[in-house]
Amino acid sequence: MELFWEILIAALLVIGGFFGLVGSFGLVKLPDPMTRLHAPTKAATLGVGAVLIGSMVYFAAFKGDLSLHELMITLFIFLTAPITAHFIAKANLLRDWRPERLPPPEGEGDWAVYTPAADTSALELQEVEDADKEAAREAAQAAAQAAAGTTGSEAERG
Amino acid sequence: MLKKLLPHPHLTLLLTVVWLLLANAYTLNSLVFGLLMGLVIPWITAPYWPDRPRVRNFPMIVEYVLIVLWDILKSNITVARIVLFVPNAKLEPAWVTVPLDLHEPEAITALAGTITMTPGTLTAELAADGHSLLVHCLHAPDPDGVRDEIKERYERRLKEIFE
Repeated sequence: MELFWEILIAALLVIGGFFGLVGSFGLVKLPDPMTRLHAPTKAATLGVGAVLIGSMVYFAAFKGDLSLHELMITLFIFLTAPITAHFIAKANLLRDWRPERLPPPEGEGDWAVYTPAADTSALELQEVEDADKEAAREAAQAAAQAAAGTTGSEAERG
Repeated sequence: MLKKLLPHPHLTLLLTVVWLLLANAYTLNSLVFGLLMGLVIPWITAPYWPDRPRVRNFPMIVEYVLIVLWDILKSNITVARIVLFVPNAKLEPAWVTVPLDLHEPEAITALAGTITMTPGTLTAELAADGHSLLVHCLHAPDPDGVRDEIKERYERRLKEIFE
């Protein structure tokens, strides 16, 4: 029985290493940034997954305790990998692509990266900045008036 | 009263389980602490989701997760084969527009993540009006087929879960 578990764990580690290697090789071999994104987001998932399953099997079979930490690592990879890929793709769309070379979205409008007005955070920042400037100007005016007022009253007194 | 105490029972359960897994110790101690966090965090963050979607179909979530896991496995092998055996000159990368029937932001996020994790496709961008996704395919001789598969396989199920 022990031999069976050892073979299983060894096989999982080899699979993990193989897919990790393929993922890294894909980064070198594929021709442009968009296709290169595919290699690490996918091949690496199974690579890491196989190593983690191997670790779970090892602890269950040889250390006699249940180790489910690894499920969390898998969960976090599944949550973060698509988001990272999405951000890299977005940056790449903005740097190297033009909307004319992409298929248009359904209906009105364009893709979000090419539509700066859709980014309301920029507008909000602008509004805050404008409000700050306004406040600063009013403060300066008030200060100037106050200064004029005091010099005026001093002049009266004099 | 119960609603006030437990604004989000599923999140409470999820947080407790995640805490137990993170602590990697299945004792009463960590269970109590996990439950405490599971109660306090939803209560504090409740004002940030004024209208979160309701999950309508729980068995469908199980089916969806199993299908996605299976597809991730297939996708890894497909991508590995493309990387190793398809020469760059024969590679046919393609952009595909996927029109969306989903409206909930949470559902669209789930769909976008699924597309990235599954065979040879990657979500690159959302339309400014939120009604379509831009998907990049690593090797797609038939882009329309990819779009139909995404709509049929994933979007239909997400629609049943969320709407």
